[in-house]
Amino acid sequence: MNPEQILFILFGAVSLIGAIAVISFRHPIYSALALIITFFAQAGLFVLLGAHFVAAVQVIVYAGAIMVLFLFVIMLLNLGTLSAKGAIAGKLKGFAIILGILFAAEGIYIAVNALNDTAVASAQPATESVTTTTYDIGELLFTKYLLPFEVTSLILLAALIGVIVLVKRDSQEEN
Amino acid sequence: MGNMPLLVLILSSIVKIVIIVHLLLIGVMAMIWSERRVSGWMQDRLGPNRVGPQGLLQPIADGLKFLFKEDLIPDHVDKPLYVLAPAMLLVPALITVAVVPFGNAITLFGYEIPLQIADINIGILYVLAITSLGVYGVVLGAWASNNKYSLLGGLRSSAQMISYELTLGLAIIGVLMLTSSLSLRTIAVEQGAYPWQWNFLIHFPAFLAFTTAMYAETNRLPFDLAEAEQELVAGYHTEYSSMKFAMFFMAEYMNMIVGSAVTVTLFLGGWHFFGLENVGGPVWSGLISFGIFFVKTAIFLFVFIWVRWTLPRFRYDQLMNFGWKFLLPVALTSIVVTGTLWIMTGSRLVVGIGNVVAAFIVVSIVAGLLVMNKAPEPAIQDSDRQITPSALDAIE
Repeated sequence: MNPEQILFILFGAVSLIGAIAVISFRHPIYSALALIITFFAQAGLFVLLGAHFVAAVQVIVYAGAIMVLFLFVIMLLNLGTLSAKGAIAGKLKGFAIILGILFAAEGIYIAVNALNDTAVASAQPATESVTTTTYDIGELLFTKYLLPFEVTSLILLAALIGVIVLVKRDSQEEN
Repeated sequence: MGNMPLLVLILSSIVKIVIIVHLLLIGVMAMIWSERRVSGWMQDRLGPNRVGPQGLLQPIADGLKFLFKEDLIPDHVDKPLYVLAPAMLLVPALITVAVVPFGNAITLFGYEIPLQIADINIGILYVLAITSLGVYGVVLGAWASNNKYSLLGGLRSSAQMISYELTLGLAIIGVLMLTSSLSLRTIAVEQGAYPWQWNFLIHFPAFLAFTTAMYAETNRLPFDLAEAEQELVAGYHTEYSSMKFAMFFMAEYMNMIVGSAVTVTLFLGGWHFFGLENVGGPVWSGLISFGIFFVKTAIFLFVFIWVRWTLPRFRYDQLMNFGWKFLLPVALTSIVVTGTLWIMTGSRLVVGIGNVVAAFIVVSIVAGLLVMNKAPEPAIQDSDRQITPSALDAIE
């Protein structure tokens, strides 16, 4: 095994353990922390794929910003430890089973393909020398993917204005 | 580094890591000593001068005291997170330094060794990513302490860090546009040998915004609301004692040192100083460049202490208003102006002047809007202010 494979197994295992821990912990704060660990392991996987920029952005946006807000909300709402059988679990049981079956089918499909070494398995970037630089990403964003990029920025702008409108209305009602 | 044998690469990296981590730790001790002595000097008193010559061994005495104190874990805390939190603050502070170039290259035994632990092509993004993790230590320590003062301090601190992180990230985009690289070494190399070629003149408003945001990120005065003694005892580390408290303390100083080093790299020309870094042979020039970087960082750290004893603490709403209504617009303007003028003229001089003018206009507009839209002060009624006899009766 070369070092990259060892690192891949390490990051993959940490990512999986973190993901399982998210739904296993009884306390929401610990779940959030486990999710952060998963994000970190995924950033490591991105680095192994040569996507350094994506790895850094993953940590900045998800681990650094979004999860801090998550923790904030959990702390401010002071959610206690969840009981053994939460009220939500019963309502969403059917939905969870359907999603679980779909996910399992997907996993089995990929595993079978990987064992038979067909197209799906070999579609992953096998060349190790490919490094996606920030320059490449920038160029692609402003040429090939210009429309999706601009649409995304419009959606974000709409969300931004939405937040301001919601907050403004509340403070006016108080007065 | 491509032609360097693997063994040399590994050995030189280990040596560099050991030296830099120890320099950081010694730097923390030096900062603690100089903070106390300099504050004594600024307040016309002596400061600690008993332990060793000029009190130089005071930090060691402090460290020993922390080590020998009882490691107290209160009963009401969430134990795993309470123990983990100081480490979660200290580790990001330590590993940020990995991408900071602390000098030019040095040639030893025929190998050219760059004075930097790792020159990765997304260097500045790495710094931003890792520093954004420091907030977890504060938040989790505060929450795990199960104490209202700790929690309030932690919430204040995290809100402040999230707000100022935006400015921190946006202020450097102008620098990145003109350098067209994210690598900290390239950014340092691109700046010339003379002070008027350095980035702080080209991006002066962004430099001020970045420095201010960094003071807020490191929880230093005038932004140290997270540990405002009069209101919150000691803020997020109220429940911490002995070495765990010392770790919070060390992380704060380490963040200051690393922050100063990053600022010197981004805006103050890195290891350049009037070509002095090229004097001497391949060994001496490397050491001199490191010395220049060291002195620049030390001067910047002195300013940290200077500011602490000069400016009073902000009120919380002032802090948020300042961050969102002044610093953020200034940082955004600097991006627009730098990009536009650079494409139009390609002259650093024009970009530099344009940045200052634009920032001045934006600050004037924001200040004008704030003054015009200011809500009238609610009239304080006498009954709120005075304790009337009937109110006293009610209390009794």
